[in-house]
Amino acid sequence: MLKSKTSRWLAGPYLVWMAAFIVVPLFIVIWYAMTNSDGQFTLDNLTQIGRYSSVFARSLILAAVSTVICLVLAFPVGYFLSRLRANKQHIMLMLVMLPMWMNFLLRTYAWMTLLEKNGLINKFFGLFGIGPFNMINTSGAVVLGMVYNYLPFMILPIYTAMTKIDDSIIEAAQDLGCNVWQILWRVLVPLTGPGIATGITQVFVPSVSTFIISRMLGGGSNLLIGDLIELQFLGNSYNLNLGSAMSLVLMVIVLLCMSFTSSFDESEMEGVM
Amino acid sequence: MDENIIVSLKDIVVDFDGQKVLDGLSLDIHDKEFVTFLGPSGCGKTTTLRVIAGFITPKSGNVFFDGKDIADLPPYKRPVNTVFQKYALFPHLNVFENVAFGLRLKKMPEEEIRPKVLEMLEIVGLKGFERRSIHQLSGGQQQRVAIARSLVNQPRVLLLDEPLGALDLKLRKEMQLELKRLQREMNITFVYVTHDQEEALTMSDTVVVMSGGNIQQIGSPQDIYNEPRNAFVARFIGDSNIVDGVMIKDFLVNFGGHDFTCVDRGFKSNEPVQVVIRPEDVQIVPPSIGMLTGLVREVIFKGVHFEMHVDVEGYEWLIHSTQASQPGELIGMNIGPDEIHIMARTEV
Repeated sequence: MLKSKTSRWLAGPYLVWMAAFIVVPLFIVIWYAMTNSDGQFTLDNLTQIGRYSSVFARSLILAAVSTVICLVLAFPVGYFLSRLRANKQHIMLMLVMLPMWMNFLLRTYAWMTLLEKNGLINKFFGLFGIGPFNMINTSGAVVLGMVYNYLPFMILPIYTAMTKIDDSIIEAAQDLGCNVWQILWRVLVPLTGPGIATGITQVFVPSVSTFIISRMLGGGSNLLIGDLIELQFLGNSYNLNLGSAMSLVLMVIVLLCMSFTSSFDESEMEGVM
Repeated sequence: MDENIIVSLKDIVVDFDGQKVLDGLSLDIHDKEFVTFLGPSGCGKTTTLRVIAGFITPKSGNVFFDGKDIADLPPYKRPVNTVFQKYALFPHLNVFENVAFGLRLKKMPEEEIRPKVLEMLEIVGLKGFERRSIHQLSGGQQQRVAIARSLVNQPRVLLLDEPLGALDLKLRKEMQLELKRLQREMNITFVYVTHDQEEALTMSDTVVVMSGGNIQQIGSPQDIYNEPRNAFVARFIGDSNIVDGVMIKDFLVNFGGHDFTCVDRGFKSNEPVQVVIRPEDVQIVPPSIGMLTGLVREVIFKGVHFEMHVDVEGYEWLIHSTQASQPGELIGMNIGPDEIHIMARTEV
């Protein structure tokens, strides 16, 4: 008993931090979202958001597409990594992580110069007399930026889940009659469920709320929720109350998404814990 | 060709990174037999099993099943099932679903799966466990699930890779008898891999003693124990005294400075041989009437018997006896003709 009482104090510093910098600001956001510029209670901010539903929809769709692409890329490579010898695993994991050590803005900026009308890729195609292609300022470029930046967050949890699957389990599945696809659907996917759920959350949440990627690679025509919120706080359409309301709605969307994946997580973990 | 042969290996060569693990191994396994591959770790016994299962493709050689070459058949198409050393149960499925796994892959209708799974669980003594998570089971119970999961598919041959290795001694003995019972009841071939010679002798119809990627001897447990073909087999199967001797003529061998009548023949006159005598076959008598005399060095109480280390003309003999002598005591030793086994001398 003494132990748990003592250990409770260890959480103290963080609890203070959380109260000061997370809980209080959250209430401030809610306060702004529910009031007008004169400080009076109103729901107008929230009801106004309906006008921006196309931006919300675009954000959700682009984030979902990026998440699916990341999943399709990460799953096989996660398996491949987990079957390497330990020392090779470490080297390959470093290579996966390598882009993350570069500044996020710089990475995204690099894609700008690659995708531009006079960028490297179009110049390369020009050598063969094809193009130039219109790549920058498209939703495809935004998806590319999201996948490029967030892919490691999908690979790592899936790889971790894969390392816990013993070779003999895969052999047992083969032995009992599984072909390659059946091994995938009946053994690997269910056993990596928690990793997949973590990966989806880690890619979808930053993708749906990003504003840098869409602004740098998407141009004006691919406005996302993040850009919209930024405009309310730093841009021309300065409106703290509307910006707060948008943040609040985005937060609810993220929470819904996370509760969905975590319920998937739990049902897959049934019998494992 | 013998119709009774179900699995046949011909000149199998397997190498890992240039190191030969199986070196031209050939073996016939008869239908409905309990066959054990016995040998020290690294002898190639598990590799042989995995070649039959299809997890290892040999560098050369053929694997025949019912006379048909199955070299190109992937594991999931082979009519064999494996019980793995580490059980390899599916952690995301409960006991019932683990056992039903193979049947579901065969697209068997649900109403047929259920009775089959329940029947199999009853056979392995896990009635009422079907809804349990496999993490709620003990090691022995997990092993039973693994066995049920394989047997429910009605394989022609069940391959077992040291399945009892992780269990404690008492449970292991229980499971040995149970596996033997299952093999008789299901009336199928079991191929069993173990490094435990007692386990091999207890369960098998045929024991295949392996070492260094080759077969040393194939025979019934009695043959292997009583008539080891070489010193490796004699040493590996139980304790034994192996001494150098000379075959004077048929039925007469000299060792330890004494002529012994024996039951072996067919050696050349005065051929150097190795003589195998099991520790329990040496009879202790007063020194004056002993064929051999020896000095007792050490006496260890082993429960059922005393283990004595006795010095006979420079050879250390191992003797098991129910009566204890004292260290430093001089004893006489008699050996009956039936207890002497002669082997051609091999360099070890």
